[in-house]
Amino acid sequence: MKNDIILAGVGGQGILSIAAIIGYAAVQSGLYLKQAEVHGMSQRGGDVQSHLRLSSDEIASDLIPEGKADMIISVEPMESLRYLPYLGPDGWLITNTEPYVNIPNYPDLEEVLGEVRKLPRHVALDAGALAEEAGSKKAANVVILGAASPFIDIPVEKLEEAIHFLFGKKGEDLVEINLKALHAGRKVAQADAEN
Amino acid sequence: MHKLLLLGDEAIAQAAIDAGVSGVFSYPGTPSTEITQYVRSAKEAREKGIVATWAANEKTAAEQALGMSYAGKRAMTCMKHVGLNVAADVFINSSITGANGGLIYVVADDPSMHSSQNEQDSRVYGNFAMIPILEPTNQQEAYEMVHLGFDISEKLQVPVMLRITTRLAHSRAGVVRKEARQQNQFKLPEDLKQFILLPAIARKRYQMLLDNQEAFRRLAEESPYNQYIPGEDTSLGIIACGLAYNYLVENYPGRKVPHPVVKVSHYPLPANHIHQLYDECDKILVIEEGYPVAEEMMRGFMNRGKEIKGRLDGTLPRTGELNPRHVAIALGFEVAEIMEVPELVAKRPPSLCKGCPHIDSFLGLNEAIAEYGKGRVFSDIGCYTLSALPPYHSINTCVDMGASITMAKGAADAGMRPAVAVIGDSTFTHSGITGLLDAVNDQSNITVVILDNATTAMTGGQPSSAFERIEDICRGLGVDEEHIRIIKPLKKRHEENTQVFREELAYDGVSVIIPRRECIVTLNKRMREKFKEKARAEK
Repeated sequence: MKNDIILAGVGGQGILSIAAIIGYAAVQSGLYLKQAEVHGMSQRGGDVQSHLRLSSDEIASDLIPEGKADMIISVEPMESLRYLPYLGPDGWLITNTEPYVNIPNYPDLEEVLGEVRKLPRHVALDAGALAEEAGSKKAANVVILGAASPFIDIPVEKLEEAIHFLFGKKGEDLVEINLKALHAGRKVAQADAEN
Repeated sequence: MHKLLLLGDEAIAQAAIDAGVSGVFSYPGTPSTEITQYVRSAKEAREKGIVATWAANEKTAAEQALGMSYAGKRAMTCMKHVGLNVAADVFINSSITGANGGLIYVVADDPSMHSSQNEQDSRVYGNFAMIPILEPTNQQEAYEMVHLGFDISEKLQVPVMLRITTRLAHSRAGVVRKEARQQNQFKLPEDLKQFILLPAIARKRYQMLLDNQEAFRRLAEESPYNQYIPGEDTSLGIIACGLAYNYLVENYPGRKVPHPVVKVSHYPLPANHIHQLYDECDKILVIEEGYPVAEEMMRGFMNRGKEIKGRLDGTLPRTGELNPRHVAIALGFEVAEIMEVPELVAKRPPSLCKGCPHIDSFLGLNEAIAEYGKGRVFSDIGCYTLSALPPYHSINTCVDMGASITMAKGAADAGMRPAVAVIGDSTFTHSGITGLLDAVNDQSNITVVILDNATTAMTGGQPSSAFERIEDICRGLGVDEEHIRIIKPLKKRHEENTQVFREELAYDGVSVIIPRRECIVTLNKRMREKFKEKARAEK
């Protein structure tokens, strides 16, 4: 088993929380893991990405080879496209549709989503809205993770365990919100995949 | 044993704690910051009484580490590659004094300049100092090499360099810990003249360093981290240094490379393995992260032997970080077409945070200096360097820590009026103070803006070493009291602040303006913690 995942977003949007949940679940499932993060200058509102590699065998490179990623998980639509050179021909692109506009020349959103829809395998969803329904807009990143979860070779129960472990310290309410968020995203992706 | 999921930086920090370090002395700098950060926040380190401190700069940090080594205890100093330029004086000379307690310089290079002004390769410095260099391939080796580094350092009485690059520093993987060992007892050097580099003694010590080279070479040749890995296809032999080894084996299923490979993680280069490779193979490919250090040594000046391929002949890119695809192309593999980034994707550079005090400072400065024209603002290294970008376009230089003040002075001495320096509080204490003294002594016509956000913001909010003492330092250096102006950079005070800038730009002599308001990121963090504490108290 091997999952090579690019996580994408803007500094401060919480992609490292997604990585932490998958990472904990992977380690609990006895998998090898490597996760390259971006620290430093770019975290100040710039584009950020993380290479997350899971495998049943030992992993060599910290970086995913270009053209070989199994999926891109993005919390921002334009950022999901920035890493297309990494995506393999059969790869999935899972992205939030809500833009994060902190630059004056942000492209037309419909055109951005048009590019997303060109990909044969994609899931695009308004994660913020689903997160609000789950109880907090801040859980948008976990909605996105939920939408990616059917394509990650880790049982969803392990992801739930990871949420319990990572959010437990901050209170049971937060755990419930994030579990709801996870399943809200997952449901959208499962429906999309069937169509 | 249970595996810890650690960044390369964190693996080094945990290893230092486990290997019996007594002190970690550093100045923050991406990608090395998380090492010292980890030790500072580790409960275990506190319980063991390990000193973990942010020094004023990399030189003062390294000297403290050397002093601890003199006292017989194990010490580590961590910095980014350009930080070693600042610490170069003590670094090179400590190779002559040698160590007493184990001494490791951890230097994190930044190929591709993700957060730096150059991509210099610290192995060149290590060779220059003629000391052993360790270059881990992965997080586990990074952990183990701290133990190895201390052992070599104590056995051969020499400082050791541990060289990593951004990718390893900031990538997480499972690490297995070793059993923890005790710290050293306080113990003076056997020869109390060891650290006195008067010429007569220095000559002797230098000769000892030269005599030790053979021992360093032997250690590297026998090191378990350097390997000759046989392969049947001898049309090509491969030398892969540090992280580059991962990119090599990534290209072969099951890690079975058909060519003979020398994996290098411990320098000086293992001559035994390299000679064997050269004798057995038709051509040599050298893969290394950073400068073509090993490749140049392989070629030599005459370059009349077998073909050597690498960064110098274009087989691999001459600059920037390597990746599996670069190596695949160098190996002659057909690489699949990759998708392109759609044209509409816009650049998203980092920017000053919403609510950042620097924004208000630069808006005031921009307005006040407009009447003199462009090209008069010398700046420095920190978050405020982002004011070079739109919409501010406020600054004209960013070279090295502290260069704002001294470059402004040089330009003022050349007749530029006004000449302005913009520097952060932490950068000022790092390397700005001495430059300001130069300007005061020469009565140069400069205005120095010290942006005081009470923290080292760019690297994540480490304490600033002259917290609320900036004006005292300026006064002590001899800046006229009346021309040390403290302002509060707020939108609502824009007019009065701009007026202060105007007045000081017009002043003949050295003036200092200190816009003082806490970094918005550390402020928010502090407020969140306060809120949490309050909530806990109410429970």
